[in-house]
Amino acid sequence: MKRVFSYAALLLGALACAAPFALLILTSLMTYQQTIAYPPEWLPRPLTLENYYQAFTTSPLLRYFGNSVLVAAATVSGQLAAGAMAGFAFARLRFGGRSVLFFLILATMMVPVQVNLVPLFALVARFGWVDSYWALIVPDLAGAFGVFLFRQWFLNLPQELEDAARIDGCNPWQFFWRIALPTALPAIATLGIFQFLASWNTFMWPLIVTNSDAIRTLPVGLAAFRASMHETTNWPLLMAATSVAIVPAIFVFLALQRFFLRGLMEGAVKG
Amino acid sequence: MAAGKAAFAVPVSTPGPKRHPLAGEARWAWLLLLPALLIIGLFSLLPTLGSFAISFTSWDLLGPPRWIGLANYTALLADPLFYKVVLNTLEFVALYVIIDIVCALGLALALNQQLRGIGLFRTAYFLPVVTSMVAVSIVWEWIYDPRYGALNVILGWCHLPAIHWLSDPHWALPSLVIVSVWKSLGYNVVLFLAGLQAIPTEYHEAAAVDGATGWLRFFRITLPLLGPTLLLVGILSTIRAFQTFDAVYMLTHGGPRRATTVVVYWLFQNAFTYFKLGKASALAYLLFTVLLFLTWLQWTLRKRWIHQEQVS
Repeated sequence: MKRVFSYAALLLGALACAAPFALLILTSLMTYQQTIAYPPEWLPRPLTLENYYQAFTTSPLLRYFGNSVLVAAATVSGQLAAGAMAGFAFARLRFGGRSVLFFLILATMMVPVQVNLVPLFALVARFGWVDSYWALIVPDLAGAFGVFLFRQWFLNLPQELEDAARIDGCNPWQFFWRIALPTALPAIATLGIFQFLASWNTFMWPLIVTNSDAIRTLPVGLAAFRASMHETTNWPLLMAATSVAIVPAIFVFLALQRFFLRGLMEGAVKG
Repeated sequence: MAAGKAAFAVPVSTPGPKRHPLAGEARWAWLLLLPALLIIGLFSLLPTLGSFAISFTSWDLLGPPRWIGLANYTALLADPLFYKVVLNTLEFVALYVIIDIVCALGLALALNQQLRGIGLFRTAYFLPVVTSMVAVSIVWEWIYDPRYGALNVILGWCHLPAIHWLSDPHWALPSLVIVSVWKSLGYNVVLFLAGLQAIPTEYHEAAAVDGATGWLRFFRITLPLLGPTLLLVGILSTIRAFQTFDAVYMLTHGGPRRATTVVVYWLFQNAFTYFKLGKASALAYLLFTVLLFLTWLQWTLRKRWIHQEQVS
């Protein structure tokens, strides 16, 4: 009895989560005429891929997509490299001011992005980076969460590994590159998927620093596409463009799910 | 929160004083730190300090900033719109946090029954979490469409009157809450599930032997033992709710009649629509103070709880 009730609740929840996605896909396969039929219809008849074709040919969707891929690839690489190196230094090397520096970096995790928005924009404008890839990429090349995650990982390395490296006469870089880093694949996957999703979905900053279609990433591009249809909204066309924007994020999540869930636990502190 | 706790319980293995340093250790350390320090220092630390300084100036981005002391803060406190924005934000936060926690806890309890297909359900709940809020907003704008949208069609089936979800001042804010809960529910389900799985089953078995009913066990065993997780989820959700922006920008633009102008949206407008950067920064620092307090609260309570668990 209890199990039946639990299953019912779970199914209802899953339905509520999945229904908007189903509506998104179904609408994207309809003709415009069908979406303004009354009473409304749910299944596409006729089924058409025309909206996807239109979305790619009449809007800069492909350009937005390429921009998103470029920015995500650049920031993921940057976060991984900078985070692994700094996390290793904090966990395994001794130098003056280590705790103060680490505390400062941790402190940046407590600052909501909105607090930094105005000075960050002023800074980026001073550099002449407004409406360029630099503005989207450079401020996001390293982050406290990445440093924190890798430090945590490298703290757990067995001391024997370090002793072995020492006996072999490794310098710190060789210890990091040949011994420590190859053990860190799970941390790399965790940070990689986090940064990919963060970069792929982020909206506010790109909204502020971009104003041309050549630079816009998918979320800002979609918002601009939506805003361009103020009189009559072509819902199926909009839904086709939206599907294209969300599919990569869902694929990456499905492929790397377990790393994501683990990182979520560790990063719950960050929020 | 077993995993999260473990991550913090790790002792800092400071190498003993007698050990030989690796060749050129400190120099290598600074070299390895350089990229992260440069980026984080320039684009995170510096702006946080800058924001504080700008909040005492009048600045439109074109001319140089002019020092005006506390005038931005006093102007905010004298602005009736400020109080409306604060009330909107608090209403949004309260509705969002309560609904999200109740739904997420319910689903997590159902998931925690050793049923088949848990992984599949968890994945389904998580899809909205990994989708961009902009995309989600576009889909929900279609769902909320007064004439052709799915929600009003369903209301029509039940012979209920259609609702102007996003253009009715009474419904606009709750509509944003619904979208936000839908988007983040899976995240809280996963956190709750981790908390529930950390509760030893022996407690429930013993209570069941003593004849405690399901509800009694929930209120006397599950809920108290879930305390730390509940607190964590509550505070994280509150912090997230205070930062709401994307859905407001996409769905209501703060309207109708300012009914959905929440603090971050107003901050954005002040900074990048009205170019009152000083006022926006003052607002940012007020928000920051609130969120910092919440974060501090979470850290202290969490430490206390972990400590108690280790002692007991």
